[in-house]
Amino acid sequence: MSVAHYFDTMTYGSAPEADKEVRAWLQSHADGFGHFIDGQWHAPHSGHTFETKEPGRDKILAKIAQGSVEDVHLAVAAAKAALGSWQHLGGHGRARHLYGLARMVQRHSRLFAVLESLDNGKPIRETRDIDLPLVARHFYHHAGWAQIQESEFPDYSPIGVVGQIIPWNFPLLMLAWKIAPALALGNTVVLKPAEFTPLTALLFAELAHKAGLPKGVLNIVTGDGSTGAQLVDHPDINKIAFTGSTEVGRILRERTAGTGKALTLELGGKSPFIVFDDADLDGAIEGVVDAIWFNQGQVCCAGSRLLLQEGIAERFIAKLKRRMDTLRIGDPLDKTIDMGAIVAPVQLERIKNLVEKGVSEGAELYQPQGTLPATGSYYPPTLLTNVFPSSTVAVEEIFGPVLVSMTFRTPDEAVMLANNSRYGLAASVWSETIGLALDISPKLKAGVVWINATNLFDASVGFGGYRESGFGREGGKEGAYAYLKPTAWAKRKRRMALPELPQAIEKKDGFDFPEIDRTAKLFVGGKQVRPDGNYSRPIVSPKGEVLGEVGEGNRKDIRNAVAAARSAEGWGKVTAHNRAQILYYWAENLSARSDEFAQTISKMTGTSKAIARKEVETSIRRLFTYAAWADKYEGTVHTPPMRGVALAMKEPIGIAGIICPNEAPLLGFISLVAPMVAMGNCVVAVPSERHPLSATDLYQVLETSDIPAGVINIVTGDSLSLGKVLAEHDDVDAVWAFGSAELSAEIERLSIGNLKRTLVDQGLETDWYDPKSAEGAIFLSHAVEIKNIWIPYGE
Amino acid sequence: MTQVRTHNFRDYLTEIADNLTNLRMTTLVSLKSDYQEGKGGQARNAPMPFDIGWIDDIRVNLSAVERRTGSLPGRRTVKKDAQAAWLLKAITCIDLTTLAGDDTEARVRRLCAKALRPVREDILVSLGMGDRTIQTGAICVYHRYVAAAVDALSGSGIPVAAVSTGFPAGLVPHDVKLREIEASVNDGAQEIDIVITREHVLTGNWKALYDEMRDFRQACGKAHVKAILATGDIKTLRNVAKASMVCMMAGADFIKTSTGKETANATLPVSLTMLRMIRDYQDRTGIKVGFKPAGGISAAKDVLNYQFLMKEELGRDWLEPDLFRVGASSLLADIERQLEHHVTGRYSAYNRHSVG
Repeated sequence: MSVAHYFDTMTYGSAPEADKEVRAWLQSHADGFGHFIDGQWHAPHSGHTFETKEPGRDKILAKIAQGSVEDVHLAVAAAKAALGSWQHLGGHGRARHLYGLARMVQRHSRLFAVLESLDNGKPIRETRDIDLPLVARHFYHHAGWAQIQESEFPDYSPIGVVGQIIPWNFPLLMLAWKIAPALALGNTVVLKPAEFTPLTALLFAELAHKAGLPKGVLNIVTGDGSTGAQLVDHPDINKIAFTGSTEVGRILRERTAGTGKALTLELGGKSPFIVFDDADLDGAIEGVVDAIWFNQGQVCCAGSRLLLQEGIAERFIAKLKRRMDTLRIGDPLDKTIDMGAIVAPVQLERIKNLVEKGVSEGAELYQPQGTLPATGSYYPPTLLTNVFPSSTVAVEEIFGPVLVSMTFRTPDEAVMLANNSRYGLAASVWSETIGLALDISPKLKAGVVWINATNLFDASVGFGGYRESGFGREGGKEGAYAYLKPTAWAKRKRRMALPELPQAIEKKDGFDFPEIDRTAKLFVGGKQVRPDGNYSRPIVSPKGEVLGEVGEGNRKDIRNAVAAARSAEGWGKVTAHNRAQILYYWAENLSARSDEFAQTISKMTGTSKAIARKEVETSIRRLFTYAAWADKYEGTVHTPPMRGVALAMKEPIGIAGIICPNEAPLLGFISLVAPMVAMGNCVVAVPSERHPLSATDLYQVLETSDIPAGVINIVTGDSLSLGKVLAEHDDVDAVWAFGSAELSAEIERLSIGNLKRTLVDQGLETDWYDPKSAEGAIFLSHAVEIKNIWIPYGE
Repeated sequence: MTQVRTHNFRDYLTEIADNLTNLRMTTLVSLKSDYQEGKGGQARNAPMPFDIGWIDDIRVNLSAVERRTGSLPGRRTVKKDAQAAWLLKAITCIDLTTLAGDDTEARVRRLCAKALRPVREDILVSLGMGDRTIQTGAICVYHRYVAAAVDALSGSGIPVAAVSTGFPAGLVPHDVKLREIEASVNDGAQEIDIVITREHVLTGNWKALYDEMRDFRQACGKAHVKAILATGDIKTLRNVAKASMVCMMAGADFIKTSTGKETANATLPVSLTMLRMIRDYQDRTGIKVGFKPAGGISAAKDVLNYQFLMKEELGRDWLEPDLFRVGASSLLADIERQLEHHVTGRYSAYNRHSVG
């Protein structure tokens, strides 16, 4: 090639990034990497190793230790040993370390960027310009949370030893997202990087140690899925944080069920990219490029479902194809490419198979002309049109550079199609009409919505999904809570077994006036309805008196109640002021009958009248508390480094199942139902199995309190069996269960169908009279989803 | 081709040399005129009927534009020989400009001399480009110096561009503007850089803008017309986009960002917005309109970013002087230094390159 050649062709030529320093570092570990535990390298206990490859060239990069149960144990023990000193260091001490990590990342940013590009196959341009700045920013931001932890989170404590499992698509960035908040807030960490991409984590650990991070605070154990499983199963782990596939997320939920380990999951997605006819189409085209061809489409929040308003669809697709023709695919270290290599041949195969399937189902394939490098795992940018919601490629997460395109007619239809997915991670909305964009955003089931933008990330803005895209947030204050636990709950004791109730005393017959029979039905869709099975169960007082009968609810009653709740979803859209009014009205009507409720509590539970009155009084207060919170538990305006804002909106989760504890039959019920209802959720509640009459007596109160039909549904019966039906129901979005340890375990285990949010007490008894344990943000935070709506602006 | 008449060997050689020069010149001129007529027999832009529908649905999102222009310089780069070649190409696209109140005929002639030989010959030879003609795309002056520039550049094929229509504010009477255009064309200007009446844009009077532009186009006759939008005055990208479309609809051969006299000069976001309109116009009409960023482009690195934008958004054709010009005065000196650095491996200094 000569100057003249380039002058005539005006082609770019290659511009390779130097990799000398990285090769030298790899050479210094040519014998193979160990695990990084307790501040030093440890050879794998088993002696087993595996290789990590350079996907861009299909060459071996390094020998990596395969973690065994012994290695995991060593790492967890080191983390546990370091925990006390790390917490004792205090917020400011940890802030200094986090700040040091941020500086360390910046100091070595090119080394990290080149190594990441080599190990993962992603373009150096992206590691250099996107990943590394975000990594440094994450440590800076969380140095700040450490600094102000004591004042900002006074009622919360660190969780303890955290096991973290991260994916291969953003190896170093995911490490930062995981360890920055964990370490900042006083936890210690054992992290397992992905099998395909362990190198930047190992480099990070080595450099962090050199930068003065105390030993044992951050431990890296490498290995495959079996190593991850050992980490998850380790008894001294207090929390698992996972980013990866929904399939593995389900396994982790199941494995940790009933263990008391906290769990956050950031899983897959099939995120919609919605373009309205009043969008800046060329801007949206670049958005698509950033959405699906960023990182070869191997992005959990990739905008992979293009939804186009019919009027502009043809023009948009023509523009998009033209734009695809200018994308450059090649050596990840070349600074003039847009797309590098797919992480591994197995992923490449998967992408190929799914695209073939799409084509065989009738999709039209478009890939730009041009050749791919001869060696390495490369796949061209791909567009599939003539795709419908029923096509496999419109449903399955492809995790590659493959976009599917569909059309819509109206904003409502756009929302409907966008939400027609099991996932709910992210969405992108393109319209120049502010009213339209801001109207659509809250209607989308997604944890992140970008208006006229896509794939924006920042340490100050929470990231995480709805539905089967997982739960928990990473980044921002909302993300900090994922590494904290309520201090008040730490004092909870195991619930004492209640004494068996006596046999019911048979009623005496005779010619006295009998008491009028009281058989409570179920409360479904605003109506008192007979239980499907038409059985009832007697409610016996501790003295053996039969106080009444309640319906014996079964699966079908739960099904009907969930359907009623779903059709009452409008509750989530009424104004917060309106919800507050209704809760006040509920309190007012309960107050009018407080003597009667106190009497029933006293009779049912055998408690003193004074205590029973206190329970009613506290219940009324609690309703007031949630009426107060209804319009005050507000969102936040985040200020990421851009011209624009991110609105952290608190939205209702949807349909919640609530299993109430046996103790405090009225207060327990109200403490759990009121926060859910205050936040706009619709509830199917299973009241205290032993003392349900306080709940069934509420039917009339609810009916007179203007609570819309279906917002609160009550099914009496066996807590465990009804709880299981709720946990398994795929149209229930959350379940709270307070009761036996067995109930907690079953709820968590069975929640995997749709990965519903769960809040369980693991059989530990809550003090319902203590406001710190029983009301406020501690519950409200579990009654909402936080959606971050990014709004860049400017004219 | 001229016949060689031999008298003696020395004359013979001289004549061959002359003829070769002529030949090269003719080729160059014919190439230039090819460009002016549009390559491959493509039609020059001509006024289309006014259609408000072409403007109504134009939307531009500033943040999205900035994201593209912010990331592109990191996505594309040229190194070594490729970089030298791209910079040489950039020189051929420069409208070497002097638009100062203290301009004189001698100053303009000095600039013309530089336009003819913008790069030191030894550098061109070292780059393996000694056999190519590297000249700037045009000379750009006020009407008063058109005749002198035409004379100084005569036979070179380098067109003279005149700024016109009451440049830079454009607030003289309409008929005076038309007269000014005609005068410059009469003096031999092959290109006229007109300024639009910003008021028409700021008040949304698109029909008035169209009428004005169409009249300018007509007054230019065979000369090509570049419409200066003064983007620093019309501010918003939506205004920029709509004004671009209206000017093309009214027959502009080029759309140009700035006079160089506004407070804000050419920027990548403004340029991207204009390029997208050029592309949409081509989609509607099949006609390729040229683009000229002007003002503030003074570093080699800057012009490369504009070239990347041209290539990525519009394609290879828009890297040649028939569709791409850069209005600049000090850019050339920086490019010369970069080229010398490429050749010698040492950083260069301004005094090693002749001034224009």
